[in-house]
Amino acid sequence: MADLDLEVRDGVDRETIETVHAMSGTYKYGWATEIEMDYAPKGVSEDIVRLISSKNEEPEWMLEWRLTAYRRWVQMEEPHWAMLNYPKIDYQDQYYYAKPKSMAVKPKSLDDVDPKILATYKKLGIPLKEQLILAGVEGAETMGERKVAVDAVFDSVSVGTTFKAELAKAGVIFCSISEAIKEHPELVKKYIGSVVPQSDNFFATLNSAVFSDGSFVYIPPGTRCPMELSTYFRINAENTGQFERTLIIADKGSYVSYLEGCTAPKRDTNQLHAAVVELVILEDAEVKYSTVQNWYPGDENGLGGIYNFVTKRADCRGDRAKVMWTQVETGSAITWKYPSCILRGDDSQGEFYSIAIANNAQQADTGTKMVHLGKRTKSRIVSKGISAGRAQNTYRGLVSMHPKATDSRNYTQCDSLLIGDKCGAHTVPYIEVKNNSSRVEHEATTSKVDEDQLFYCRSRGMDEEEAVALVVNGFCKEVLQALPMEFAMEAQSLVAISLEGSVG
Amino acid sequence: MAVLQSKHDALQARIAALSFAPQGWLGAARSDALARLTAMGLPGKRDEYWRYTDPTGLNAVEAAPVTLFDPGDEPAPFSGVDRLKIVFVDGVFDASQSDALALEGVQIERTCDAAEADIHWASALYGVLEARGQSPVQRPFAALNSAFADDGLLIRVTQTPSKPISLIYHHKSMTSDVILHHCIKVESGAEVTILENGAAAARFNHVMEIEVADDARFHHIRAQGRAHTRQAVTHLFARIGRNAAFKSFTLTANGRLTRNDAVLELLGADSVAHVAGAALGDGDFHHDDTVFITHAAERCESRQVFKKVLKNGAVGVFQGKILVKQGAQKTDGYQISQALMLDGDSQFLAKPELEIYADDVKCSHGSTSGAIDETALFYLRSRGVPLRQAQSLLVLAFLAEAISEIEDEVISDDIRQRLQSWLARHEH
Repeated sequence: MADLDLEVRDGVDRETIETVHAMSGTYKYGWATEIEMDYAPKGVSEDIVRLISSKNEEPEWMLEWRLTAYRRWVQMEEPHWAMLNYPKIDYQDQYYYAKPKSMAVKPKSLDDVDPKILATYKKLGIPLKEQLILAGVEGAETMGERKVAVDAVFDSVSVGTTFKAELAKAGVIFCSISEAIKEHPELVKKYIGSVVPQSDNFFATLNSAVFSDGSFVYIPPGTRCPMELSTYFRINAENTGQFERTLIIADKGSYVSYLEGCTAPKRDTNQLHAAVVELVILEDAEVKYSTVQNWYPGDENGLGGIYNFVTKRADCRGDRAKVMWTQVETGSAITWKYPSCILRGDDSQGEFYSIAIANNAQQADTGTKMVHLGKRTKSRIVSKGISAGRAQNTYRGLVSMHPKATDSRNYTQCDSLLIGDKCGAHTVPYIEVKNNSSRVEHEATTSKVDEDQLFYCRSRGMDEEEAVALVVNGFCKEVLQALPMEFAMEAQSLVAISLEGSVG
Repeated sequence: MAVLQSKHDALQARIAALSFAPQGWLGAARSDALARLTAMGLPGKRDEYWRYTDPTGLNAVEAAPVTLFDPGDEPAPFSGVDRLKIVFVDGVFDASQSDALALEGVQIERTCDAAEADIHWASALYGVLEARGQSPVQRPFAALNSAFADDGLLIRVTQTPSKPISLIYHHKSMTSDVILHHCIKVESGAEVTILENGAAAARFNHVMEIEVADDARFHHIRAQGRAHTRQAVTHLFARIGRNAAFKSFTLTANGRLTRNDAVLELLGADSVAHVAGAALGDGDFHHDDTVFITHAAERCESRQVFKKVLKNGAVGVFQGKILVKQGAQKTDGYQISQALMLDGDSQFLAKPELEIYADDVKCSHGSTSGAIDETALFYLRSRGVPLRQAQSLLVLAFLAEAISEIEDEVISDDIRQRLQSWLARHEH
């Protein structure tokens, strides 16, 4: 814990530093499950793509789609514009497919799933059994029983989806994407790649070729999804890349709130994660997508950890469509992630709330893109970056107002907090305004804990520690408040800067 | 990294027509600059810092011909200021129109005359600050300037002079392609004001390298020429010592293409660097401010204030960066870029960046764009102010923060006057 000897500046509470430090030092989810796996041979090639496709019993058109992506990927170069520094990734030294042996025959119900896998999820605190209600939610007694349907993805495959029957009653389809390709090919064919095309970028193209599983959601017109949907991703096998693909379609006038969580065991080698999430939002529909990303971040010296290269994009296709991305990024050795909103429909809205914490040797380059195409579209970006140890944390974002996006509005706020003098906090916003009836406002600050706010709190009779707790809590509050209740609890403990629990 | 063949070919074509004169100490500096340039090649649209500005016109072998600008009966900028006038006509020093190069406390020489000397103070400056400014962002036009500059001045300020030094760039030839390179050294305790104005050339490549010693102060006020079709690429490179000040303000009205780079390094503690700009464009106007300020010492303050008024498809670009190095504690960095778009065809493209490696700092940036505030306009009209006057008032109020960066009141009044007459000429 030599790092704790770093000079503590006035106003930064020691406990804050310790809790931030403790987070990656004591990664809670670092254990691995001993389980027999079926691997495809290491490396990626057309044969591997064919193998993954045949393992998933996919129709011909899906295989062709993958192969097109693969052929494109071979010609692409890995992008290096992000402020990230990592050794060259050997794409041929990874497993692209790993499946628990017990899943060779797809289980009919959760009762058939290998108890070891279920135990893994139980240990992670993910209740797969239908009767389980999410624990630990404050005020649950007044809310009645809240239910969350979960799709759990273990390495390359989806192991089970809960509450299927109840969701089906409402007309909601929630299943693994491999299942959807078989059961609902017309929907998948229509929408897959329509938001993130096969050749979108290096990592998304790789994903298009080798994605093994993921979640699929369809909410029919006018339907409010009766419960929150959730995916839990777990990388377990060593040297395995996880490539999941999520496709959510919110038909006219529908609503869904979707949660995503991720963990991985502690390993000394870096593991690759390249996911794609596509959201299609039609007229008057609304999607809330919340992520708590807690992949293994590597140890204090930067050994091991997940390389997280994720492409997430929402397409507000219809008028008055709404999307809200909320993310709490605490894990991964490398984070490369820019959840974006294409505001195509008139009066559509996009929101992005983010907390990114980088500690020790972690590097995060994350942000969002708001592309305003429709008239009177609105977007809001609130990004909070906290850097500690030797970490580098970058906000990178784009706000683009096209000539036809008249009377549109954007507000961006990115704040960075530095704890310690060896870390870095960077802001790289791109602002492109091509009409004059739109208003774009961008603000960014970088600071340590604000002295004026501290002084004010002190003058009101708080002691130093309480004051710091309040100010630091306040720093992340706007984002924490945007999270659904279930995740807010987890996020708060992850952010671990709440000292007196005064985050509201 | 190997330069793309196309960039290399473009560079060879570009410099083929230029005369390379490696003489004396200057020769060594020019050769170094040429080597840097050859390694870089010319910029392309895919380069990160040229994504918003198309360098084609600057890369072209020959300057596109322009129509000469007639200011009519409008007095030239700074005409009301008592100053030492130094005139360049199409990039060549003109002794007949200039005052004698004598001012107490200041040595002024033409670079071509000084190149004869065996040892010269400027050898520690010429191309040196430019070379430092090539990392992390490449600035090929500055290297091209160091290698091929046609003329320029070496100004050494040992004591505070009695009046500002005014560099005036007349423009007579429709096809002039001018490269000017100045070096300025402000010695410890001295203070100097440099004024620059004039359209200069059809295509103007300008570099000024400035060393501001400990306890010295440097002021720079520039009014770039109003010619509509001219193109310009300018660079300010400054190295700022302890307890020193660097302040630069640029007014740009019109111009088909203007790219103003400022690369400032705060190397001593307790210093100040301010760069400000007001740009007004109507129609075929592309204006790009690219600013890179490095805080390498404690307790320094930097400000970037850039305002742009755009109409009829004019394009305003701002790329600004504050880099705070490890150990540059108590830094106060501020950056604001704003565009007022008077109609729907104009564009504002901005990339305000922060890169911070020290924790006890206060850095912020803001960027906004939008139309004239209708409520404010309505208020003024309800008070009996005619529409056009009300609009002009609001535009001037918008630009006020940038103009207030000029310390000298006579000069700031001159600039304000110029803005008003521009607005009067370009009323809706």
